[in-house]
Amino acid sequence: MKFITIDKKDWANGIGKSRKTYKLFGPVKDKNGFLIKSLEKDIMPEMDYPDSVMSAKSIIFPQTEKMLCTTLDESQEEHHIMKRVEMDNSPRAILGIRPYDAKAIQIVNLNFDTDDFRDPYWCDALNATTLIGLGINKPGPFDFSTSTGTGPFCEEGLDILMADLDDKYLAKILTDKGKAFMDVCEFEIKADEKESQALFDILRKEAEKNIKSHIDTDKLSEKTILELHDAPFWDDVAFSCINCGTCTFVCPTCWCFDIQDETKQKSSIRFRNWDTCMSSLFTRHATGHNPRATKTQRVRQRFMHKLKYFFDKYDQGIMCVGCGRCVKSCPVNIDIREVCNIMNTYKKQD
Amino acid sequence: MNTCINKIRELALELLDKKEVEKVIGFANGTIPLATSPIAITSKQDIEKLVFNSTCGLNLANYLRDQKGKIAVIAKGCDTRNIVTHIVENQIKRDQLFIIGVPCNGMIDQFKIAALFNDEIIEFSEDGDTLNIKSSLKEEKLYKKDYLRENCKVCMHKNPVIYDVLAMDLVEEQTLDNPYPDVDKIEAMDSDKKWQHFQDLTKNCIRCYACKNACPLCYCPTCFVDESSPQWVGKGQNKTDVNTFHYLRAFHCAGRCTDCGACVQACPMDINVRDFTRKLNKDSFEMFGWEAGLDITKRPPLDAYSPDDPDDFIK
Amino acid sequence: MENPYIPYPVRIDDIEIATEDKSLKTFKFVFLNKEDEEKFSYQAGQFAELSIPGIGEIPIGIASSPVEKGFVKFTVFRTGVVTSHLHNMKIGDIMGIRGPLGNWYPWDKLENKNVVIIGGGFAFTTLRSSIIYMLDPANRNKFKNIDVVYGARSPGMLLYREELYEWEKRSDINMHITVDSTDDPNWKYHTGFVPQIVEQNAPKADKDTYAIICGPPIMIKFTQPSLTQLGYKEDQIIMSLENKMKCGIGMCGRCNIGKELVCKDGPVFTLEQINQTPKEY
Repeated sequence: MKFITIDKKDWANGIGKSRKTYKLFGPVKDKNGFLIKSLEKDIMPEMDYPDSVMSAKSIIFPQTEKMLCTTLDESQEEHHIMKRVEMDNSPRAILGIRPYDAKAIQIVNLNFDTDDFRDPYWCDALNATTLIGLGINKPGPFDFSTSTGTGPFCEEGLDILMADLDDKYLAKILTDKGKAFMDVCEFEIKADEKESQALFDILRKEAEKNIKSHIDTDKLSEKTILELHDAPFWDDVAFSCINCGTCTFVCPTCWCFDIQDETKQKSSIRFRNWDTCMSSLFTRHATGHNPRATKTQRVRQRFMHKLKYFFDKYDQGIMCVGCGRCVKSCPVNIDIREVCNIMNTYKKQD
Repeated sequence: MNTCINKIRELALELLDKKEVEKVIGFANGTIPLATSPIAITSKQDIEKLVFNSTCGLNLANYLRDQKGKIAVIAKGCDTRNIVTHIVENQIKRDQLFIIGVPCNGMIDQFKIAALFNDEIIEFSEDGDTLNIKSSLKEEKLYKKDYLRENCKVCMHKNPVIYDVLAMDLVEEQTLDNPYPDVDKIEAMDSDKKWQHFQDLTKNCIRCYACKNACPLCYCPTCFVDESSPQWVGKGQNKTDVNTFHYLRAFHCAGRCTDCGACVQACPMDINVRDFTRKLNKDSFEMFGWEAGLDITKRPPLDAYSPDDPDDFIK
Repeated sequence: MENPYIPYPVRIDDIEIATEDKSLKTFKFVFLNKEDEEKFSYQAGQFAELSIPGIGEIPIGIASSPVEKGFVKFTVFRTGVVTSHLHNMKIGDIMGIRGPLGNWYPWDKLENKNVVIIGGGFAFTTLRSSIIYMLDPANRNKFKNIDVVYGARSPGMLLYREELYEWEKRSDINMHITVDSTDDPNWKYHTGFVPQIVEQNAPKADKDTYAIICGPPIMIKFTQPSLTQLGYKEDQIIMSLENKMKCGIGMCGRCNIGKELVCKDGPVFTLEQINQTPKEY
């Protein structure tokens, strides 16, 4: 059983059944566009949505997340001994996630699940999550995902990829997790495998044809880190930047975080927050010395990380899935597509 | 407004040509519709990059600090008011600036326009008072007046208050019987409602700080939210910490805010940050007859003492 | 799954004021659980996160040596929120240590080699660890000549003074202790900046000689030319870097120099490696 047909009339009913097992998340309209949010009670995801302002990463990697806790009360046993905060890692599912957001989760996973250390918060949350993607039939004008190795029907990282066929969804089950979700929804009308795959291929090609926005990354590997780092264009790229964290927070692949301690009366919590390389605090030593004290250095860090350091370190393409969120949300319209092309075409002057 | 760009380019060219300034700070076209980006022009061949239209809503006073040499700046009414504030607060010297004043008919609200469409906007152009906007699904012709940013609707200083040269003729200023209907509405709420209003206002805040970083008033080398010793505000998404940031920032802007709207334009989450600052602007006006950034010789009211201060705490 | 963020609980066993201006203190910790000491098996050159619940964490080089058992030691300069709090803690207090973290000086590569150790100011902690390690009877014959150049502002600012003066008396290590200046008429050692003492006293480079440098950026900057003058090649100069860190395990993203993370790929790099990355430290 690889492909399943879901009549849209049955969709709400099936999703309703899944709530017994899964906590659901999905796109919901908010005042500034769509956000991926918890779908409480009867709220259904709005599947036919222009891309959400924020990506789906917060469902697995929340902006603020408790890590450890202890008591500072010395009369208590085990005071000052930090323990992991209990958290809800019961099954959850993200409905209608964009395929490139699932790919982005795979990219972030490279950082959090390594041979040397595994981040248990990320790993447990990811493990608990089923990702149900919806192929994008009509990619928006800022989507450049085909040139980042993802694309509107990319399957990487997803458990189920669905295609919208007007009155029904055609679902391709990619993993056991995906199958388990379909089973509890009791979606079980099988579709012919060959025909369905052919249909997916047609839809994918059609959608990819509609993507007009493009970047080139082919020449990034020809240049050394220092050549690009010392290139003369960074001041111009950074001039308009106001050093807010918008680009990093809306980005589905940005994973940097800060760790903070807070105390309320005698109980103490250690938690993490998304952090941003745009902030001067990010690298400022306690002595006041700051290796990235200027905004040019910080803007350069962001693009170098995404388009060169990551590229060189993992040999898995760039750390960008082409969603275009940073392009749209940047208050001063610094455009990663332009910067990538500048970096790609740059030749060191002798 | 569309026509003033020729004059702006002409002036910029002359300034660079005669080496009277090192750079001209203005706006360039963005890479997507409804976006422009601040730019510093240093060479004559880049003059054509300068644009000026109804999407130039950021405040260029924010780009003038820590610059070397003489700089020219394209400045709307509100930009010039923040330049005045900068001069008064010793952030920049008047003689370092060559101000190309642009009388302004208002900037447009990109969120409001985006809300008309179910998909992304792919084309924007402007013809006098008409905005032509296109998405893949539909095309709209809009009357600019209906889509002005809220701060521009109530703006009473469209004309530059300080300049070396004007890029076009002065425009007629509007007079308003009540410039603060929005504040009145909040003031009329009972305290529960008020509380709820501000809770809702910031509920989507992601603490990216685009509002404070786009704000020309927020130039503190280390903002109070970034102080670690002592740490004034928690850094998480705790509601209290998020709101503390917004409240305190607003108070830091009291009597200094020119209502330029850059904070609102910069916010990716469409938070109407002005709901915080406007009340303080209104109070400054009612208590001290003060509007920020109009007079290069006067310090903001919370920064000065006068014997006829209505409060007697200091007497 | 091991949770790499959970510190081992430790008790402060001893606190020693390390410098005359009291800006540095040496903390001796013992593990509350004996088995944690085994798990905290480290090499000279590594660091750990000192973890104070409710306050935060701070990455500090391990000053004790793998050959010293039963405790771990850290010498901490009082500068930020966490270190200031730590300076006010007392013997018996419970806190945490997370580690060991990062890489270490390349002890395999240094076998049968001459080792020149160069340190300045309070960046002598992992160098102390290294010297104790190399001088241990079980290890001394693994290395050829050992030279140490260590300088501080004044005699009272030298760390581990007792040990320094002991080493000075030994024949199997050549100590070159220096201070920027002193008005002590009985000062028996060098006076002058580290780079100059290196140039005058460090052995000339040959293929079997490696230098390990640890110190403030300015000292490192000016010592490099001295070493180059003595013939040291980039791959013979080994440095330990510092950057702002939070996670210490290569995940939080802030300590990078280029694609290398100082906390995980470092803190120890050769000059050859560093010269291929942006100098963002």
